[in-house]
Amino acid sequence: MTVSKVEKETRGTFTLELDPGESGFPFLPGQFNMLYVFGNGEVPISISGDPERPDILVHTVRAVGKVSKALCRLRPGDVLGVRGPYGSSWPVDACRERDILFVTGGLGLAPLRPAVFHIFNHRRDYGKVILLYGARSPDRLLYTKELETWSRALRVEPAVGSAGPDWKGHVGIVTNFIARMDCDPAQTKAMICSSESMMRSMISELNLLGIPDREIHLTLERNMKCGLGLCGHCQLGPTFVCKNGPVYSYDRVKELLAKREL
Amino acid sequence: MHDLLPFLAEHDFFKDLDEKYLSLLVGCAKNVRFEPEQVIHREGEPADEFYLIRKGKVRVEIHSTGIGPVVIQTLTDGDVFGSNWLIPPYKWLFDYRAVERTRALSMDGKCLRGKCDEDHDLGYALMMRFSQVLSKRLYMTRMQLLLELESFEDDE
Amino acid sequence: MHFIIERENLDRLLAALQEHGRIIGPRITENTFGHRDIASSQDFPAGWTFEQDGGFFRLRQRRDPSLFAYTVGQDSWKKELYPPRSRLLSLQKTESSFSVTPEKSSSEKVVFFGVRPCDLAAIQIQDIILIQGPFADPEYSRRRENAMIVAIECTQPAATCFCASLGTGPGISSSSDYDLALTEVLDDGLHYFLVRAGTEQGRAVIAGLGLAEAPEQNIIRAENLVQEAASRMGRTMDQKGIKQLLYDNHEHPRWDQVARRCLTCGNCTQVCPTCFCHSVYDRVSLSGKEAERFRSWDSCFLLDHSYIHGGSVRVSSRSRYRQWITHKLASWIDQFKVSGCVGCGRCITWCPVGIDITEEIQAIRQSDERGCNA
Repeated sequence: MTVSKVEKETRGTFTLELDPGESGFPFLPGQFNMLYVFGNGEVPISISGDPERPDILVHTVRAVGKVSKALCRLRPGDVLGVRGPYGSSWPVDACRERDILFVTGGLGLAPLRPAVFHIFNHRRDYGKVILLYGARSPDRLLYTKELETWSRALRVEPAVGSAGPDWKGHVGIVTNFIARMDCDPAQTKAMICSSESMMRSMISELNLLGIPDREIHLTLERNMKCGLGLCGHCQLGPTFVCKNGPVYSYDRVKELLAKREL
Repeated sequence: MHDLLPFLAEHDFFKDLDEKYLSLLVGCAKNVRFEPEQVIHREGEPADEFYLIRKGKVRVEIHSTGIGPVVIQTLTDGDVFGSNWLIPPYKWLFDYRAVERTRALSMDGKCLRGKCDEDHDLGYALMMRFSQVLSKRLYMTRMQLLLELESFEDDE
Repeated sequence: MHFIIERENLDRLLAALQEHGRIIGPRITENTFGHRDIASSQDFPAGWTFEQDGGFFRLRQRRDPSLFAYTVGQDSWKKELYPPRSRLLSLQKTESSFSVTPEKSSSEKVVFFGVRPCDLAAIQIQDIILIQGPFADPEYSRRRENAMIVAIECTQPAATCFCASLGTGPGISSSSDYDLALTEVLDDGLHYFLVRAGTEQGRAVIAGLGLAEAPEQNIIRAENLVQEAASRMGRTMDQKGIKQLLYDNHEHPRWDQVARRCLTCGNCTQVCPTCFCHSVYDRVSLSGKEAERFRSWDSCFLLDHSYIHGGSVRVSSRSRYRQWITHKLASWIDQFKVSGCVGCGRCITWCPVGIDITEEIQAIRQSDERGCNA
């Protein structure tokens, strides 16, 4: 596919828009693609665009490894290989009429963004919707324009690790503010994405609020290489994260995540 | 004075506290209001009180030479701040400033220290609540340290 | 129905099989044993057997002219069906894009001669993963379709064998997926093979040779040899509750003990006939204009295997050994409804430090039963 637009989000993080051609690229929120850069290799990247815009395929990439760095060097007109979409999705249809609490930080918003788009597009189908989104500093927040647009229809609660005095949002890690989101535990579906250690901390706060494990959904990262459950790299106990995941309800993976180096 | 009792009773910090203690504590409580950007306390000032935020937002700052004020924490409805009245040298360790108009209860620490000395059960109840706040804050700070470690940004 | 073919007529069978395709079978060349091309029955290792143990493999001369009185060497049929390295794509950079040419998978017809029961079971396990799953592997499927399987029952087990514990050998059940199944018998100077067909293709071969039906006593003799072999297995592995045993012993101290010996070299995964982990990598020409994408066997013992940005999930060697054995014997069952182990014992023989999967399971089971587990 051809790159149609490259936008720098924060330092080292870029959003690539690809042109999927006339057939479009339908996907479910939470799914990922394998992106291939000529001669460099392939990496799994979550799809970050609006699921109702299959005419633009969007990925946000942080330049951390050989392939992701090569991805971030692409310019409009360049061509890359795309395989997908793979994996499970956020349960956006199953939680209509419910309150939604998104908790995420940094690049973790990228895999959640299609779910936020979906809810924003169908706002009336959902109850109270909160996006609690953290970053280390205000200039590291992604999609700042959209956060503004979304805040017209949902409660956007940004939190940063530290800030200057002009910052009007929260300061502290997102976990700290979960208890302050006055959610109705019986109504709320939580969708979270962060590092595993941070998610454990988020889940502990969500549980304290009274939100049970089965109402918490999370997305996991493992070494996804084939996307088909055939190469063996992304195993987490009996599950293949590329095939059975990356989105799981927490009660299904709780025991697995509690095991070290599984 | 006694009209502050319901405010005290409904605040998260005093949730489930015995009513006899609440009526004792209300004698040390004062209603306060801060305007946006108003400095509440500066680092180094004597710490003789703590605050229960009822409505509003307060930020905690450190003044960094070269950067200026760095906000390290924000506090909001239901939060408590100020534990230095409990611990020598009884001084504020950060700057505290209102972000927006904030209503709070100010609790007189000197008065509380006396009451806690007289009644250790009250002292225990109060210490239990402060240790929860402090341990949560310590936990969050450690998680924040981990976040720094887990972020893989290129220093470009 | 069993037929009989004498040793001196074996070349007639080979000739008939050659009609189907290139024959690959057990052979000793340059003092090493492996799966090689077979032109005639002279190529089989007549009068040879193996001595095997943890980290130990020796060829030994026998006193009789038997052709198949041994078990398995380091080669499994995985090497033929799922090559250690294969090119998937060739890519060519163009002005603004690149072109992709997929590799044509092999269409060569082959005959696997002398497939042991454990390896037959292994092929069926790989079929479940690579053909019967939601995404079939095209190369494996093609190679599998083009392979005719002539299996042979084991009458001379090794010290490292434990297929009898797993029910995968030493005999071949009629439900197995073979074209022909042989049993070698040497009796009072008589040297013959019992032959059964498992497919139409196999039946056609037997019919073409006009083989005589085997007398009852010969069938019983062959069955006895296989049964005796079952009782002479060098090792056993108790399968009872093995999945939960491993799931529940994630923090067992035994993992630390085995990790002190394990070199995380991955030999066990390379010789294992069911291990399917693979990696895909690019090779680029010096000009940067051409690239090739290769698939090669990978191993969960390598640090890279679980790499995510920032580091690997399984850093310690204990976690990597644990992953291999837990996947093989426990999570494999959840994933594919079958154990990943067939009891061939290759991982024991070819482990440079002689780590023994049966011994590790036994050790965990023993302290689990004493309630010492985590």
